[in-house]
Amino acid sequence: MAAPRILTAAALTAALAGGAWAAETAPAEVRFDGSAVPQRLTDAPGDPARGRAVFIDRKLGNCLACHANSDMADEPFHGEIGPPLDGVADRWSEAELRGILVNSKKAFEGTIMPAFYKDSGFNRPLRKFAGKPILTAQQVEDVVAYLLTLKEE
Amino acid sequence: MTARIIKRAAALGVIAAMGAGAALADYDDDELVIDGVKIATKVPAPPGHPLPEIVSGWRFRSDETQALEADDFENPAMVAVDYGQSLWDAVDGEAGKSCASCHGDVEESMKGVRAGYPKWNEKAGRPFTLENQINACRTENMKAEPWKWESREMLAMTALVGKQARGYPMKIRKDGPMAEWIEKGKELYYTRFGQLDMACSNCHEDNYGKMIRADHLSQGQINGFPTYRFKWQGLGSLHRRFSGCMKNIRAEPFKRGSDEFVALEAYLAVRGEGLGIETPAVRN
Ligand code: HEC
Ligand code: HEC
Repeated sequence: MAAPRILTAAALTAALAGGAWAAETAPAEVRFDGSAVPQRLTDAPGDPARGRAVFIDRKLGNCLACHANSDMADEPFHGEIGPPLDGVADRWSEAELRGILVNSKKAFEGTIMPAFYKDSGFNRPLRKFAGKPILTAQQVEDVVAYLLTLKEE
Repeated sequence: MTARIIKRAAALGVIAAMGAGAALADYDDDELVIDGVKIATKVPAPPGHPLPEIVSGWRFRSDETQALEADDFENPAMVAVDYGQSLWDAVDGEAGKSCASCHGDVEESMKGVRAGYPKWNEKAGRPFTLENQINACRTENMKAEPWKWESREMLAMTALVGKQARGYPMKIRKDGPMAEWIEKGKELYYTRFGQLDMACSNCHEDNYGKMIRADHLSQGQINGFPTYRFKWQGLGSLHRRFSGCMKNIRAEPFKRGSDEFVALEAYLAVRGEGLGIETPAVRN
Protein backbone atom coordinates (compact mmCIF):
# COMPACT_ATOMS: atom_id res chain seq x y z
CA MET A 1 0.00 0.00 0.00
CA ALA A 2 1.30 3.42 -0.89
CA ALA A 3 1.84 5.79 2.01
CA PRO A 4 -0.03 9.08 1.84
CA ARG A 5 2.07 11.59 -0.06
CA ILE A 6 3.20 14.64 1.80
CA LEU A 7 4.33 17.58 -0.28
CA THR A 8 7.65 18.88 0.97
CA ALA A 9 8.06 22.60 1.42
CA ALA A 10 10.34 22.66 -1.61
CA ALA A 11 7.83 20.87 -3.81
CA LEU A 12 5.11 23.16 -2.56
CA THR A 13 7.10 26.27 -3.39
CA ALA A 14 7.91 24.79 -6.75
CA ALA A 15 4.26 24.03 -7.42
CA LEU A 16 3.20 27.52 -6.42
CA ALA A 17 5.98 29.08 -8.47
CA GLY A 18 4.69 27.09 -11.42
CA GLY A 19 1.40 28.86 -10.83
CA ALA A 20 -0.57 25.67 -10.44
CA TRP A 21 -0.66 22.40 -8.54
CA ALA A 22 1.58 20.34 -10.69
CA ALA A 23 0.57 16.73 -11.19
CA GLU A 24 3.42 14.39 -10.36
CA THR A 25 4.43 10.87 -11.27
CA ALA A 26 5.17 8.84 -8.12
CA PRO A 27 8.53 7.01 -8.06
CA ALA A 28 6.93 3.60 -8.53
CA GLU A 29 4.94 4.86 -11.53
CA VAL A 30 7.87 6.20 -13.57
CA ARG A 31 7.93 4.52 -16.99
CA PHE A 32 11.30 3.63 -18.44
CA ASP A 33 12.05 3.14 -22.09
CA GLY A 34 15.25 1.15 -21.72
CA SER A 35 17.28 3.34 -19.41
CA ALA A 36 15.55 6.57 -20.51
CA VAL A 37 12.47 8.28 -19.11
CA PRO A 38 10.80 10.19 -21.97
CA GLN A 39 7.96 11.68 -19.94
CA ARG A 40 8.36 14.61 -17.57
CA LEU A 41 7.64 13.75 -13.94
CA THR A 42 5.66 16.96 -13.40
CA ASP A 43 3.44 19.29 -15.42
CA ALA A 44 5.56 22.29 -14.56
CA PRO A 45 8.75 22.53 -16.64
CA GLY A 46 12.11 22.32 -14.90
CA ASP A 47 13.89 25.44 -13.83
CA PRO A 48 17.65 25.40 -14.56
CA ALA A 49 18.53 27.95 -11.87
CA ARG A 50 16.83 25.91 -9.17
CA GLY A 51 18.39 22.77 -10.63
CA ARG A 52 21.83 24.30 -10.35
CA ALA A 53 21.23 24.93 -6.63
CA VAL A 54 20.02 21.35 -6.09
CA PHE A 55 23.16 20.09 -7.86
CA ILE A 56 25.38 21.92 -5.34
CA ASP A 57 23.34 21.38 -2.17
CA ARG A 58 24.92 18.69 0.00
CA LYS A 59 21.54 17.69 1.43
CA LEU A 60 19.85 17.41 -1.98
CA GLY A 61 21.63 16.39 -5.18
CA ASN A 62 25.16 16.76 -3.84
CA CYS A 63 26.19 15.93 -7.41
CA LEU A 64 29.45 17.82 -6.85
CA ALA A 65 30.44 15.12 -4.35
CA CYS A 66 31.23 12.88 -7.29
CA HIS A 67 31.21 15.05 -10.44
CA ALA A 68 33.42 17.97 -11.37
CA ASN A 69 31.63 20.73 -13.26
CA SER A 70 33.42 23.74 -14.81
CA ASP A 71 30.22 25.78 -14.68
CA MET A 72 30.75 25.79 -10.89
CA ALA A 73 34.45 26.55 -10.90
CA ASP A 74 34.01 28.95 -7.99
CA GLU A 75 32.54 26.21 -5.76
CA PRO A 76 35.26 24.41 -3.79
CA PHE A 77 35.63 20.61 -3.68
CA HIS A 78 34.56 18.90 -6.88
CA GLY A 79 34.54 15.13 -6.53
CA GLU A 80 36.44 12.66 -8.72
CA ILE A 81 34.23 9.58 -8.48
CA GLY A 82 32.17 10.08 -11.66
CA PRO A 83 33.01 11.72 -15.00
CA PRO A 84 33.05 15.54 -15.21
CA LEU A 85 29.68 16.76 -16.42
CA ASP A 86 30.99 19.43 -18.80
CA GLY A 87 29.16 19.10 -22.10
CA VAL A 88 26.90 16.37 -20.74
CA ALA A 89 23.95 17.66 -22.82
CA ASP A 90 25.93 16.91 -26.00
CA ARG A 91 26.26 13.29 -24.93
CA TRP A 92 22.77 12.48 -23.64
CA SER A 93 19.22 13.41 -24.56
CA GLU A 94 16.73 14.88 -22.11
CA ALA A 95 15.01 11.51 -21.69
CA GLU A 96 18.32 9.77 -21.08
CA LEU A 97 19.39 12.35 -18.51
CA ARG A 98 16.06 11.99 -16.70
CA GLY A 99 16.55 8.22 -16.66
CA ILE A 100 20.08 8.58 -15.24
CA LEU A 101 18.75 10.80 -12.47
CA VAL A 102 15.69 8.72 -11.62
CA ASN A 103 17.67 5.49 -11.44
CA SER A 104 21.20 5.43 -12.83
CA LYS A 105 21.45 1.67 -12.27
CA LYS A 106 19.39 1.14 -15.42
CA ALA A 107 22.01 2.89 -17.55
CA PHE A 108 25.11 1.92 -15.56
CA GLU A 109 24.82 -1.50 -14.00
CA GLY A 110 26.28 -1.68 -10.51
CA THR A 111 27.12 2.03 -10.40
CA ILE A 112 27.90 3.81 -7.13
CA MET A 113 25.65 6.70 -8.24
CA PRO A 114 22.47 6.79 -6.15
CA ALA A 115 18.99 6.60 -7.66
CA PHE A 116 17.50 10.02 -6.98
CA TYR A 117 13.84 9.19 -7.58
CA LYS A 118 13.23 5.83 -6.00
CA ASP A 119 11.48 5.34 -2.68
CA SER A 120 11.57 1.64 -1.91
CA GLY A 121 13.76 -1.42 -2.01
CA PHE A 122 16.47 0.06 0.21
CA ASN A 123 18.32 -1.90 2.87
CA ARG A 124 18.02 -0.29 6.36
CA PRO A 125 17.32 3.27 5.20
CA LEU A 126 17.61 5.82 8.01
CA ARG A 127 14.15 6.16 9.53
CA LYS A 128 13.75 9.79 8.53
CA PHE A 129 14.39 8.94 4.87
CA ALA A 130 12.47 5.66 4.73
CA GLY A 131 9.86 5.54 1.98
CA LYS A 132 11.12 8.76 0.41
CA PRO A 133 13.12 9.52 -2.71
CA ILE A 134 16.26 11.70 -2.39
CA LEU A 135 14.77 14.38 -4.66
CA THR A 136 11.20 15.43 -5.38
CA ALA A 137 9.78 15.06 -8.88
CA GLN A 138 10.14 18.80 -9.41
CA GLN A 139 13.75 18.80 -8.22
CA VAL A 140 14.55 16.02 -10.70
CA GLU A 141 13.00 18.10 -13.50
CA ASP A 142 14.96 21.15 -12.32
CA VAL A 143 18.26 19.26 -12.39
CA VAL A 144 17.46 17.82 -15.84
CA ALA A 145 16.76 21.36 -17.07
CA TYR A 146 20.07 22.49 -15.61
CA LEU A 147 22.02 19.58 -17.16
CA LEU A 148 20.56 20.49 -20.56
CA THR A 149 22.39 23.83 -20.29
CA LEU A 150 25.76 22.05 -20.06
CA LYS A 151 26.76 22.15 -23.73
CA GLU A 152 30.14 22.52 -25.30
CA GLU A 153 29.14 22.52 -28.94
CA MET B 1 28.78 6.01 -34.65
CA THR B 2 27.25 9.41 -34.18
CA ALA B 3 29.33 12.15 -32.66
CA ARG B 4 27.30 11.92 -29.48
CA ILE B 5 27.94 8.25 -29.02
CA ILE B 6 31.66 8.65 -29.65
CA LYS B 7 31.79 11.37 -26.99
CA ARG B 8 29.83 9.26 -24.59
CA ALA B 9 32.13 6.31 -25.10
CA ALA B 10 35.09 8.60 -24.53
CA ALA B 11 33.63 9.96 -21.29
CA LEU B 12 32.88 6.49 -20.01
CA GLY B 13 36.24 5.20 -21.24
CA VAL B 14 37.88 7.64 -18.88
CA ILE B 15 35.86 6.16 -16.06
CA ALA B 16 36.78 2.63 -16.99
CA ALA B 17 40.43 3.64 -16.86
CA MET B 18 39.89 5.31 -13.50
CA GLY B 19 38.01 2.24 -12.31
CA ALA B 20 41.09 0.15 -12.94
CA GLY B 21 42.15 2.36 -10.10
CA ALA B 22 45.23 1.12 -8.44
CA ALA B 23 47.80 2.71 -10.67
CA LEU B 24 46.09 6.08 -10.37
CA ALA B 25 45.13 5.83 -6.71
CA ASP B 26 46.40 8.90 -5.08
CA TYR B 27 48.15 8.98 -1.70
CA ASP B 28 51.61 9.96 -0.65
CA ASP B 29 54.85 8.06 -0.19
CA ASP B 30 55.74 9.32 3.28
CA GLU B 31 56.90 6.75 5.82
CA LEU B 32 55.58 6.76 9.36
CA VAL B 33 58.10 6.57 12.20
CA ILE B 34 56.96 7.23 15.76
CA ASP B 35 59.48 7.37 18.56
CA GLY B 36 62.03 5.56 16.41
CA VAL B 37 59.60 2.75 15.54
CA LYS B 38 58.84 2.32 11.84
CA ILE B 39 55.19 1.52 11.22
CA ALA B 40 54.14 -0.29 8.06
CA THR B 41 51.59 1.95 6.30
CA LYS B 42 51.74 0.13 2.99
CA VAL B 43 52.17 -3.59 2.46
CA PRO B 44 51.80 -5.81 -0.58
CA ALA B 45 48.48 -7.60 -0.89
CA PRO B 46 48.66 -11.41 -0.92
CA PRO B 47 47.37 -13.21 -4.05
CA GLY B 48 43.60 -13.30 -4.22
CA HIS B 49 43.22 -10.17 -2.08
CA PRO B 50 40.51 -7.79 -3.36
CA LEU B 51 42.92 -4.83 -3.17
CA PRO B 52 46.08 -4.48 -5.27
CA GLU B 53 47.92 -3.06 -2.24
CA ILE B 54 47.08 -2.51 1.42
CA VAL B 55 47.44 1.09 2.53
CA SER B 56 46.81 2.81 5.85
CA GLY B 57 44.51 5.84 6.10
CA TRP B 58 47.55 7.77 7.36
CA ARG B 59 48.94 7.94 3.80
CA PHE B 60 45.84 9.77 2.61
CA ARG B 61 45.96 12.52 5.20
CA SER B 62 47.55 15.95 4.83
CA ASP B 63 51.16 16.49 5.89
CA GLU B 64 49.96 18.48 8.91
CA THR B 65 47.67 15.69 10.12
CA GLN B 66 50.36 13.09 9.46
CA ALA B 67 52.83 15.10 11.52
CA LEU B 68 50.52 15.21 14.54
CA GLU B 69 50.37 11.43 14.63
CA ALA B 70 54.10 11.03 14.09
CA ASP B 71 54.98 12.97 17.25
CA ASP B 72 53.70 11.77 20.62
CA PHE B 73 54.14 15.25 22.08
CA GLU B 74 51.84 16.68 19.44
CA ASN B 75 49.36 13.80 19.26
CA PRO B 76 46.16 15.11 20.89
CA ALA B 77 45.15 11.56 21.91
CA MET B 78 48.02 11.19 24.35
CA VAL B 79 46.02 12.81 27.15
CA ALA B 80 43.65 9.86 26.89
CA VAL B 81 46.53 7.40 26.96
CA ASP B 82 47.73 9.00 30.22
CA TYR B 83 44.22 8.74 31.62
CA GLY B 84 44.22 5.08 30.55
CA GLN B 85 47.40 4.54 32.54
CA SER B 86 45.79 5.94 35.69
CA LEU B 87 42.78 3.65 35.17
CA TRP B 88 45.14 0.69 34.66
CA ASP B 89 46.60 1.27 38.10
CA ALA B 90 43.34 2.12 39.87
CA VAL B 91 41.59 -0.46 42.07
CA ASP B 92 37.93 -0.76 41.12
CA GLY B 93 35.14 -3.24 41.92
CA GLU B 94 34.34 -5.65 44.70
CA ALA B 95 37.34 -7.89 44.16
CA GLY B 96 39.59 -4.99 45.17
CA LYS B 97 41.77 -5.30 42.09
CA SER B 98 43.17 -3.13 39.33
CA CYS B 99 44.27 -4.20 35.86
CA ALA B 100 47.83 -3.98 37.18
CA SER B 101 47.05 -6.49 39.97
CA CYS B 102 46.77 -9.23 37.35
CA HIS B 103 48.76 -7.88 34.41
CA GLY B 104 51.57 -5.86 36.00
CA ASP B 105 53.33 -3.39 33.76
CA VAL B 106 51.15 -2.57 30.76
CA GLU B 107 54.21 -1.98 28.58
CA GLU B 108 55.30 -5.57 29.16
CA SER B 109 52.09 -7.55 29.43
CA MET B 110 50.18 -5.83 26.63
CA LYS B 111 52.98 -5.76 24.07
CA GLY B 112 51.52 -6.52 20.64
CA VAL B 113 48.17 -7.64 22.03
CA ARG B 114 45.91 -5.29 20.05
CA ALA B 115 47.26 -6.66 16.75
CA GLY B 116 45.56 -10.03 17.38
CA TYR B 117 42.03 -8.73 17.98
CA PRO B 118 39.21 -9.58 17.46
CA LYS B 119 39.94 -13.01 18.87
CA TRP B 120 37.78 -16.06 19.52
CA ASN B 121 36.62 -16.39 23.15
CA GLU B 122 35.74 -19.95 23.97
CA LYS B 123 33.76 -19.19 27.10
CA ALA B 124 31.61 -16.53 25.46
CA GLY B 125 31.30 -18.60 22.27
CA ARG B 126 31.92 -15.52 20.12
CA PRO B 127 34.77 -13.29 18.98
CA PHE B 128 35.94 -10.74 21.51
CA THR B 129 36.91 -7.25 20.44
CA LEU B 130 39.36 -5.48 22.72
CA GLU B 131 36.39 -3.71 24.35
CA ASN B 132 34.71 -7.07 25.05
CA GLN B 133 37.88 -8.44 26.66
CA ILE B 134 38.38 -5.35 28.83
CA ASN B 135 34.80 -5.56 30.08
CA ALA B 136 35.11 -9.30 30.72
CA CYS B 137 38.14 -8.57 32.91
CA ARG B 138 36.17 -5.89 34.72
CA THR B 139 33.04 -7.91 35.39
CA GLU B 140 34.62 -11.32 36.01
CA ASN B 141 38.03 -10.63 37.53
CA MET B 142 37.47 -7.27 39.18
CA LYS B 143 33.76 -7.57 39.93
CA ALA B 144 33.43 -4.04 38.61
CA GLU B 145 30.80 -2.48 36.36
CA PRO B 146 31.40 -2.82 32.62
CA TRP B 147 32.28 0.38 30.77
CA LYS B 148 30.04 1.70 28.00
CA TRP B 149 31.47 1.18 24.50
CA GLU B 150 32.05 4.85 23.77
CA SER B 151 32.81 5.98 27.34
CA ARG B 152 35.83 8.10 28.15
CA GLU B 153 37.18 5.19 30.21
CA MET B 154 36.82 2.56 27.48
CA LEU B 155 38.39 4.85 24.87
CA ALA B 156 41.29 5.64 27.20
CA MET B 157 41.90 1.97 28.02
CA THR B 158 41.69 0.75 24.42
CA ALA B 159 44.05 3.59 23.45
CA LEU B 160 46.54 2.63 26.18
CA VAL B 161 46.44 -1.10 25.38
CA GLY B 162 46.44 -0.40 21.63
CA LYS B 163 49.51 1.79 21.91
CA GLN B 164 51.51 -1.15 23.30
CA ALA B 165 51.10 -2.80 19.89
CA ARG B 166 52.29 0.15 17.86
CA GLY B 167 54.20 -1.09 14.83
CA TYR B 168 53.07 -4.69 15.30
CA PRO B 169 51.52 -6.04 12.10
CA MET B 170 47.79 -6.60 12.33
CA LYS B 171 47.19 -10.36 12.18
CA ILE B 172 44.27 -12.22 13.66
CA ARG B 173 43.48 -15.93 13.76
CA LYS B 174 41.31 -16.80 10.82
CA ASP B 175 40.73 -20.48 11.41
CA GLY B 176 38.21 -22.40 13.49
CA PRO B 177 35.08 -20.59 14.53
CA MET B 178 36.50 -17.20 13.43
CA ALA B 179 36.18 -18.20 9.77
CA GLU B 180 32.41 -17.94 9.81
CA TRP B 181 32.48 -14.47 11.41
CA ILE B 182 35.02 -13.20 8.92
CA GLU B 183 32.86 -14.50 6.09
CA LYS B 184 29.81 -12.76 7.56
CA GLY B 185 31.80 -9.52 7.81
CA LYS B 186 32.84 -9.84 4.20
CA GLU B 187 29.23 -10.25 3.17
CA LEU B 188 28.29 -7.06 5.03
CA TYR B 189 31.21 -5.19 3.46
CA TYR B 190 29.82 -5.81 0.00
CA THR B 191 26.17 -5.22 0.91
CA ARG B 192 24.53 -1.97 -0.18
CA PHE B 193 22.80 -0.03 2.57
CA GLY B 194 20.70 3.07 3.01
CA GLN B 195 18.87 5.50 0.78
CA LEU B 196 22.13 6.18 -1.09
CA ASP B 197 22.39 2.44 -1.66
CA MET B 198 26.13 2.01 -1.28
CA ALA B 199 28.39 -0.68 0.10
CA CYS B 200 31.64 -0.09 2.00
CA SER B 201 33.41 -1.44 -1.08
CA ASN B 202 31.91 1.24 -3.36
CA CYS B 203 33.92 3.89 -1.55
CA HIS B 204 36.87 2.10 0.06
CA GLU B 205 37.67 -0.50 -2.60
CA ASP B 206 36.45 0.95 -5.92
CA ASN B 207 37.30 4.61 -5.27
CA TYR B 208 40.06 4.95 -2.69
CA GLY B 209 42.52 7.68 -3.57
CA LYS B 210 39.81 9.88 -5.05
CA MET B 211 38.06 12.92 -3.63
CA ILE B 212 34.43 12.62 -2.64
CA ARG B 213 33.69 16.32 -2.39
CA ALA B 214 36.03 17.54 0.39
CA ASP B 215 37.00 14.06 1.62
CA HIS B 216 39.95 12.06 0.34
CA LEU B 217 38.84 8.44 0.31
CA SER B 218 41.16 5.90 1.91
CA GLN B 219 40.78 2.14 2.03
CA GLY B 220 38.93 2.44 5.35
CA GLN B 221 41.55 0.42 7.22
CA ILE B 222 41.22 -0.12 10.97
CA ASN B 223 44.82 -0.17 12.21
CA GLY B 224 44.63 3.19 14.01
CA PHE B 225 41.66 2.79 16.34
CA PRO B 226 40.59 4.24 18.66
CA THR B 227 41.35 7.27 16.54
CA TYR B 228 41.50 10.95 17.37
CA ARG B 229 39.40 12.87 14.84
CA PHE B 230 39.27 16.64 14.51
CA LYS B 231 35.63 16.28 13.58
CA TRP B 232 34.93 14.49 16.85
CA GLN B 233 37.33 16.69 18.81
CA GLY B 234 38.37 13.59 20.65
CA LEU B 235 38.86 9.84 20.44
CA GLY B 236 36.26 7.58 18.91
CA SER B 237 35.92 3.83 18.60
CA LEU B 238 36.01 1.87 15.37
CA HIS B 239 32.32 1.07 15.72
CA ARG B 240 31.59 4.79 15.97
CA ARG B 241 33.35 5.22 12.61
CA PHE B 242 31.31 2.35 11.10
CA SER B 243 28.19 4.02 12.40
CA GLY B 244 29.19 7.38 10.86
CA CYS B 245 29.86 5.83 7.45
CA MET B 246 26.46 4.13 7.55
CA LYS B 247 24.68 7.36 8.47
CA ASN B 248 26.46 9.15 5.63
CA ILE B 249 24.82 6.79 3.18
CA ARG B 250 21.55 7.37 5.04
CA ALA B 251 21.46 3.87 6.51
CA GLU B 252 20.25 2.94 9.99
CA PRO B 253 23.53 1.87 11.63
CA PHE B 254 23.99 -1.34 13.59
CA LYS B 255 24.70 -0.94 17.31
CA ARG B 256 28.21 -0.66 18.68
CA GLY B 257 29.26 -4.14 19.76
CA SER B 258 26.56 -5.80 17.63
CA ASP B 259 27.27 -9.10 15.88
CA GLU B 260 27.30 -7.20 12.59
CA PHE B 261 29.95 -4.68 13.64
CA VAL B 262 32.07 -7.36 15.33
CA ALA B 263 31.93 -9.41 12.13
CA LEU B 264 32.87 -6.36 10.05
CA GLU B 265 35.75 -5.62 12.40
CA ALA B 266 37.04 -9.20 12.08
CA TYR B 267 36.83 -9.06 8.28
CA LEU B 268 38.58 -5.69 8.13
CA ALA B 269 41.36 -6.99 10.38
CA VAL B 270 41.97 -9.69 7.76
CA ARG B 271 41.62 -7.25 4.87
CA GLY B 272 44.31 -5.02 6.39
CA GLU B 273 46.60 -7.83 7.55
CA GLY B 274 50.18 -6.70 7.82
CA LEU B 275 49.53 -3.01 8.39
CA GLY B 276 51.24 -1.73 11.52
CA ILE B 277 49.08 -0.75 14.47
CA GLU B 278 49.06 3.07 14.79
CA THR B 279 46.88 3.48 17.87
CA PRO B 280 46.06 6.19 18.76
CA ALA B 281 45.96 7.51 15.18
CA VAL B 282 45.04 11.06 14.15
CA ARG B 283 42.54 11.69 11.36
CA ASN B 284 40.48 14.63 10.15
C1 HEC C 1 28.38 8.77 -5.28
C2 HEC C 1 28.75 9.22 -6.58
C3 HEC C 1 27.81 9.97 -7.49
C4 HEC C 1 26.86 10.94 -7.19
C5 HEC C 1 26.50 11.51 -5.82
C6 HEC C 1 26.29 11.35 -8.44
N1 HEC C 1 26.86 10.66 -9.47
FE1 HEC C 1 26.42 10.86 -11.47
N2 HEC C 1 27.74 9.33 -11.92
C7 HEC C 1 28.56 8.71 -11.01
C8 HEC C 1 29.39 7.74 -11.73
C9 HEC C 1 30.45 6.84 -11.10
C10 HEC C 1 29.02 7.82 -13.10
C11 HEC C 1 29.54 7.01 -14.28
C12 HEC C 1 28.70 5.80 -14.54
C13 HEC C 1 29.33 4.56 -13.96
O1 HEC C 1 30.17 3.98 -14.63
O2 HEC C 1 29.02 4.19 -12.82
C14 HEC C 1 27.98 8.83 -13.18
C15 HEC C 1 27.37 9.25 -14.37
C16 HEC C 1 26.53 10.34 -14.51
C17 HEC C 1 26.06 10.88 -15.76
C18 HEC C 1 26.50 10.42 -17.16
C19 HEC C 1 27.77 11.23 -17.39
C20 HEC C 1 28.45 11.16 -18.75
O3 HEC C 1 29.29 12.01 -18.98
O4 HEC C 1 28.18 10.27 -19.50
C21 HEC C 1 25.27 11.95 -15.45
C22 HEC C 1 24.54 12.85 -16.43
C23 HEC C 1 25.26 12.08 -14.00
N3 HEC C 1 26.03 11.08 -13.45
C24 HEC C 1 24.58 13.08 -13.31
C25 HEC C 1 24.54 13.20 -11.92
C26 HEC C 1 23.76 14.20 -11.22
C27 HEC C 1 22.97 15.30 -11.89
C28 HEC C 1 23.90 13.96 -9.89
C29 HEC C 1 23.24 14.61 -8.71
C30 HEC C 1 21.83 14.85 -8.75
C31 HEC C 1 24.85 12.85 -9.76
N4 HEC C 1 25.19 12.41 -11.03
C32 HEC C 1 25.30 12.33 -8.56
C33 HEC C 1 28.62 8.93 -9.64
C34 HEC C 1 27.79 9.80 -8.93
C1 HEC D 1 30.03 7.33 0.65
C2 HEC D 1 31.35 6.83 0.86
C3 HEC D 1 31.61 5.87 2.00
C4 HEC D 1 31.01 4.66 2.28
C5 HEC D 1 29.92 3.95 1.50
C6 HEC D 1 31.68 4.13 3.46
N1 HEC D 1 32.64 4.99 3.89
FE1 HEC D 1 34.03 4.66 5.35
N2 HEC D 1 34.82 6.53 5.05
C7 HEC D 1 34.38 7.44 4.10
C8 HEC D 1 35.15 8.66 4.22
C9 HEC D 1 34.99 9.91 3.36
C10 HEC D 1 36.06 8.45 5.28
C11 HEC D 1 37.12 9.44 5.80
C12 HEC D 1 38.31 9.45 4.87
C13 HEC D 1 38.88 8.08 4.69
O1 HEC D 1 39.67 7.62 5.52
O2 HEC D 1 38.49 7.40 3.72
C14 HEC D 1 35.85 7.08 5.76
C15 HEC D 1 36.59 6.47 6.78
C16 HEC D 1 36.45 5.16 7.18
C17 HEC D 1 37.30 4.51 8.15
C18 HEC D 1 38.48 5.15 8.89
C19 HEC D 1 39.79 4.94 8.18
C20 HEC D 1 40.95 5.53 8.94
O3 HEC D 1 42.07 5.45 8.42
O4 HEC D 1 40.78 6.07 10.02
C21 HEC D 1 36.84 3.23 8.28
C22 HEC D 1 37.39 2.15 9.19
C23 HEC D 1 35.70 3.09 7.39
N3 HEC D 1 35.50 4.27 6.73
C24 HEC D 1 34.95 1.93 7.23
C25 HEC D 1 33.77 1.85 6.46
C26 HEC D 1 32.88 0.71 6.47
C27 HEC D 1 33.08 -0.56 7.27
C28 HEC D 1 31.84 1.01 5.62
C29 HEC D 1 30.59 0.23 5.33
C30 HEC D 1 29.72 -0.05 6.45
C31 HEC D 1 32.14 2.30 5.05
N4 HEC D 1 33.29 2.78 5.61
C32 HEC D 1 31.36 2.93 4.08
C33 HEC D 1 33.40 7.22 3.15
C34 HEC D 1 32.62 6.09 3.04
